[in-house]
Amino acid sequence: MHVDKENIRNFSIIAHIDHGKSTLADRLIEKTGMMTQREMQEQVLDKMDLERERGITIKLKAVRLNYKANNGKEYIFNLIDTPGHVDFNYEVSRSLAACEGAILVVDATQGVEAQTLANVYLAIDQDLEIFPVINKVDLPSARPEEVAQEIEDIIGIDASFAPRISAKEGLNIDQVLEGIVERIPAPTGDENKPLKALIFDSYYDPYKGVTCYIRVFDGKIYPGMKIKMMSTGKEFEVTEVGISTSKQIPMDFLSAGEVGYVAASIKNVKEARVGDTITDALNPTEKPLPGYKKVTPMVYCGVYPAEGEDFNSVRDALEKLQVNDASLVFEPETSQALGFGFRCGFLGLLHMEIIQERLEREFDLNIITTAPSVIYKVHKTDGEIIDIQNPSNLPKPSEIDYIEEPIVSASIMTPSEYVGAIMELCQNKRGVFLNMEYLDEKRVTLKYELPLNEVIYDFFDALKSKTRGYASFDYELKGYNRSELVKLDILINGELVDAFSIIVHEEKAYERGRSIAEKLVDIIPRHQFAIPIQAAIGSKIIARETIRALRKDVLAKCYGGDITRKKKLLEKQKEGKKRMRQIGSVEVPQVAFLSVLKYDEKK
Amino acid sequence: MEKLGIYIHIPFCIKKCDYCDFVSVKPNEEMIERYINSLINEMKIYSKLIGGYLVDSIFIGGGTPSSIDIKYIYRLFEILNNSFNIASDSEITIEVNPGTIDNKKIKAYKENGINRISLGVQSLNDKILYNIGRIHNKEDIINTIKLIKLNGFDNLNTDLMIGLPGQTLPDVINSLEQIIELKPTHISLYSLIIEEGTKLYELEKNGKLILPSEDEERLMYHDAKEFLEENGYLQYEISNFSQNGFECKHNLKYWTLKPYIGLGLNSHSNIWNYRYWNYSNFTDYNEALNRGSLPISNKEFISTKSRITEFMILGIRLNSGINREEFYKEFGTDIDYFYKDAIQKNKDLGLIYEDGRSIKLTKKGLDFSNIVELDFYI
Repeated sequence: MHVDKENIRNFSIIAHIDHGKSTLADRLIEKTGMMTQREMQEQVLDKMDLERERGITIKLKAVRLNYKANNGKEYIFNLIDTPGHVDFNYEVSRSLAACEGAILVVDATQGVEAQTLANVYLAIDQDLEIFPVINKVDLPSARPEEVAQEIEDIIGIDASFAPRISAKEGLNIDQVLEGIVERIPAPTGDENKPLKALIFDSYYDPYKGVTCYIRVFDGKIYPGMKIKMMSTGKEFEVTEVGISTSKQIPMDFLSAGEVGYVAASIKNVKEARVGDTITDALNPTEKPLPGYKKVTPMVYCGVYPAEGEDFNSVRDALEKLQVNDASLVFEPETSQALGFGFRCGFLGLLHMEIIQERLEREFDLNIITTAPSVIYKVHKTDGEIIDIQNPSNLPKPSEIDYIEEPIVSASIMTPSEYVGAIMELCQNKRGVFLNMEYLDEKRVTLKYELPLNEVIYDFFDALKSKTRGYASFDYELKGYNRSELVKLDILINGELVDAFSIIVHEEKAYERGRSIAEKLVDIIPRHQFAIPIQAAIGSKIIARETIRALRKDVLAKCYGGDITRKKKLLEKQKEGKKRMRQIGSVEVPQVAFLSVLKYDEKK
Repeated sequence: MEKLGIYIHIPFCIKKCDYCDFVSVKPNEEMIERYINSLINEMKIYSKLIGGYLVDSIFIGGGTPSSIDIKYIYRLFEILNNSFNIASDSEITIEVNPGTIDNKKIKAYKENGINRISLGVQSLNDKILYNIGRIHNKEDIINTIKLIKLNGFDNLNTDLMIGLPGQTLPDVINSLEQIIELKPTHISLYSLIIEEGTKLYELEKNGKLILPSEDEERLMYHDAKEFLEENGYLQYEISNFSQNGFECKHNLKYWTLKPYIGLGLNSHSNIWNYRYWNYSNFTDYNEALNRGSLPISNKEFISTKSRITEFMILGIRLNSGINREEFYKEFGTDIDYFYKDAIQKNKDLGLIYEDGRSIKLTKKGLDFSNIVELDFYI
């Protein structure tokens, strides 16, 4: 069953969102006859519902296809799927590292886009052969020749041979299959050397333990073998190796050049981190594969059980998610307003949203999340430097010498007509303009340095709204800058609500305080007494709004003998009250904690 | 013999009022004919089921019961009298709209044993009546009341509303002054509630409705209550006032969990540990009865817990309040077992107080009864 390395092709598909990556993957799977149409869900590689809904791939997977080429030889294709979002950049780079080539899908109507470029550069960094494919040529607005020229001009690779396809219609897919054989190099490596394999994905399987997707570079891996994770030195005994087609098929071994899975009674994905190198514990390789890094969270927020929800169920769910997601971190914390909960760290905002949604959907939990925060470096007057991500832990102003905040380098690719609006937005977000490059007469890349704490607030929503969704945004952490930051507190009826506290730039404090107070006035229902909502820095009140007292709360509806309706109304109200948090004598709806983060169109 | 109330719904109106979300349509004769036949079928089915009950209140409501021809009233009462044991001292009420009434109709009501008229007045200000889509004016109201009195009806309710578009506090007191001149025995005073699906709801949504502020509306309520009490109309429920001994027997059944059945479209019944209600569209209603079955659309079993909630949320609305002994008699458990905290909390909020062994709403509680009811909902 093992095939000569010469006949193996390991590749990824890279594309901008909606350019047809998943559809092309489906066609390749279908054409190589691995699955019947019926077996194949619409997009086989996207397993999780959530991912499918959002049209993005979060976790990477690999699938093995058999192809008989026009030259009469049998080939094995290992198609390695990559996540498509900046939050998961590292995982993308690791899965690309497992390949020799990448199919670049470009939409014949849209041309080269920001994200295409970001991933192409990642692929070029890994020395991959880029095989361009121009998709959606069946559309009336397709301009394949121009797009081919664009690929050559912008990316600098020859696109003259690029197949003109329609993945949706199944047009010219055979050219892609032949292209994979011809264009993408066969893997190299030596099966007689000590084992050297790259983990490019891992997930938890309740029966097998952690399953790692690996690419073997040198040597062999087989059941019974003692293996070692090179970053941690931990050793395990292999229980199963195999390949995944429509299902997992166990094999006797995997050898140099091959892609497959390994199970070794590993309890937690933390012990099988993406990017790590697996070697033979008894006969280890000298040097691990390059590029391993432990991913660190960039964005933090508090996750609390909502009223009636159990703290332990939230912890269990987070633990279960963590087993599958080594980049999720959490630790218990306490809030005066929200009780016992967790401070969680995420790769980015999307990662945060996905985890929140999974807690709610997959675990059916009712949770409250606080405003996202970043890690600040607080230089204290006594010389100590501490990392702070929960605003409540910020030391007293008298103990702070100065604070540094994380800065990202951001690149925003946009049609040129939105440049003005984006510059205004970045200016507003304390951005520092670096440069501007015209990709062609219509499209521009703007480079800015932006404080991450502005990016996590409502930058994405604002950018989307100001550019009607046409701009794309990419960022990476650049470093820390000293900044005039203050802690902004919100007081409801005179009581400080720690869950609303945020760290903001001094100049933004008034505006943010006012906007939060105004939103709370809309969201908190009126009580029998007037409720002042104040925004404060230390003891100084900088903004104040008032929720008027309710004068009347009567529900007639018991005339005509219909008592059931009255009971239903009361029941509904009772349910609504369950979603309230009691803060002093004020009932605050849980949505209040989220809505203060939302982008406000008026601004 | 256990007593029973009967409600009969007449879902027809010449024109729907702008605030109304009750089930009613503008009819043609054929529709009325068919509907009355269904009502008669419904009574016949019930006659076999509730032979053991003594009917001591009948309430013909709507819609506009006074809009239909008297021949139907004769037919309904013929069957009612043949089907049920009706107590000789029964309270038998019909709702009347001043725009659909004449002497002949009132005479017919009297002849059929109806002894209480409930008149939809709402206001005595012509402009306000127009604002809420009533089909009559002040003069029609006064003439109707005179006719009712002339025909020997001594038990008359007038429905009035506060919080209406364009209404002011003097308007309310003025309407009340004129009404008490005409000496009704009972006055209902309802606060306008803008219900979804009504014309007023649409107007309000589009910002085209000028309503009194909450503060003004509460002033109207409390001043009206005070005015009525000074003039011998005692409050016995949040929205109901009467001269001594003229409380509405039928409505009290709703609030004291006594059994009643509702006949007709969308009518509600409370009997045999169930609350159930009829279909709200004519086709389903008529078809069920043509098949010889009750036109029940849905039902709710009333568990003891649910009954306790009802006892509390309805009881608190009555001026007599919730009596601790009665609670114990009804449920065999001390009220504090369920409600100690809720009672204390609402006392602390100044919404309820204890008068001897009864728990009652304070003046403030009348404005925030929903808060109390919510705490009593278990």
